[in-house]
Amino acid sequence: MSDFTPDIRAFVCHYTSQQSCAAGAEGMVTDGFPANVRLARQVCTGKLKVSTLLAAFEDGADGVYVVGCPADTCHNAMGSQRAAKRVLAVKKALSELGVEPERIEMFHLERGLHPEFIATAQQMDTRIRALGAGPFKGETA
Amino acid sequence: MIIAERKPIDEIMAMLTGVKRLLLIGCKGCVTVCSAGGEREVEILASLIRLGRKKEGEPIEIIEAALTRQCDKEYVDAIDQWDGQYDAIMSMACGVGVNFIANLRPVATVFPAVNTTSFGGSQLQGVWTEQCAGCGNCILHLTGGLCPVARCAKSLMNGPCGGSQDGKCEINPEVPCIWQHIHDRLHRLNKGASLTAIMPIRDWSTAGHGGPRKTVRDDLTL
Ligand code: SF4
Ligand code: SF4
Repeated sequence: MSDFTPDIRAFVCHYTSQQSCAAGAEGMVTDGFPANVRLARQVCTGKLKVSTLLAAFEDGADGVYVVGCPADTCHNAMGSQRAAKRVLAVKKALSELGVEPERIEMFHLERGLHPEFIATAQQMDTRIRALGAGPFKGETA
Repeated sequence: MIIAERKPIDEIMAMLTGVKRLLLIGCKGCVTVCSAGGEREVEILASLIRLGRKKEGEPIEIIEAALTRQCDKEYVDAIDQWDGQYDAIMSMACGVGVNFIANLRPVATVFPAVNTTSFGGSQLQGVWTEQCAGCGNCILHLTGGLCPVARCAKSLMNGPCGGSQDGKCEINPEVPCIWQHIHDRLHRLNKGASLTAIMPIRDWSTAGHGGPRKTVRDDLTL
């Protein structure tokens, strides 16, 4: 499956993605941000619902990740901690369904760290490529 | 309120074997408050069921809904609007709701999505503890407001037993000995002397040992 390009969805908070997004989509790809990672910026990752993360998988994502502020210095107090718990809930649910929980991950990043923001995307891309296509494509078992 | 928690996914998936169109209904009552079976949990469970089925290569159609309550005929009747659109109903209400649907819809297949655990309250965010067992003959006026039926592992009426240690129950050091608390509390309220009265052997017929219980209010019946 060397030609497999995973569909990855990233839910990122306004603050951790600020600097990267300022570079613009093209600038990010130039800096090494994988083109197959779709960004969905959130006012705060604490607003993310479990059902939104699951919907990404239903929509065909092979991997999903969330980037929020450091747990103890979230711009919105507890936002990224709440997001981390919801990611954990999805990990548990994926395990219950017999699916690799590594297909979803939570990352905590300082604000404005452009290279690290790119690196998390690359890390997820590498991880999901290694795991292969997600099992939720529908027709085939 | 009634406390419940969602069943494991594999148990739910096993119930739904062969079902192609599901009516998944939550309840806006107790199970919404304890985050087990309200609208939000319906959304999550529907997604998980669809994902599980996609993985198996057997897609499923799900109608998602939540009724005001599932323990009242007038609200359960709302199910009629989906007649002919489902093979089975899965209820995310407590066991009362599932029973009510089964009572009122003689030919519908209905499954429970949650385990109904207790009558309790939210002790901390995300933590619920049992407080009452619905015994039908409340004695809280004798025990300082703390229930030995639900909160003593042995439902003792004249506790504590010899297993009470440092205020904890012998079944688990995390569980408070409610009889220790009853003692402490009654003494705090200057009612400690009442503990010398021996409570008689209890008649458990009101607690369900006399068969299913029924409440009839002549002033309300039509
Ligand atoms: S059906 Fe159960 S959960 Fe829903 S309101 Fe009635 S008692 Fe509460
Ligand atoms: S004595 Fe019976 S009715 Fe009263 S709180 Fe305990 S279980 Fe509930």
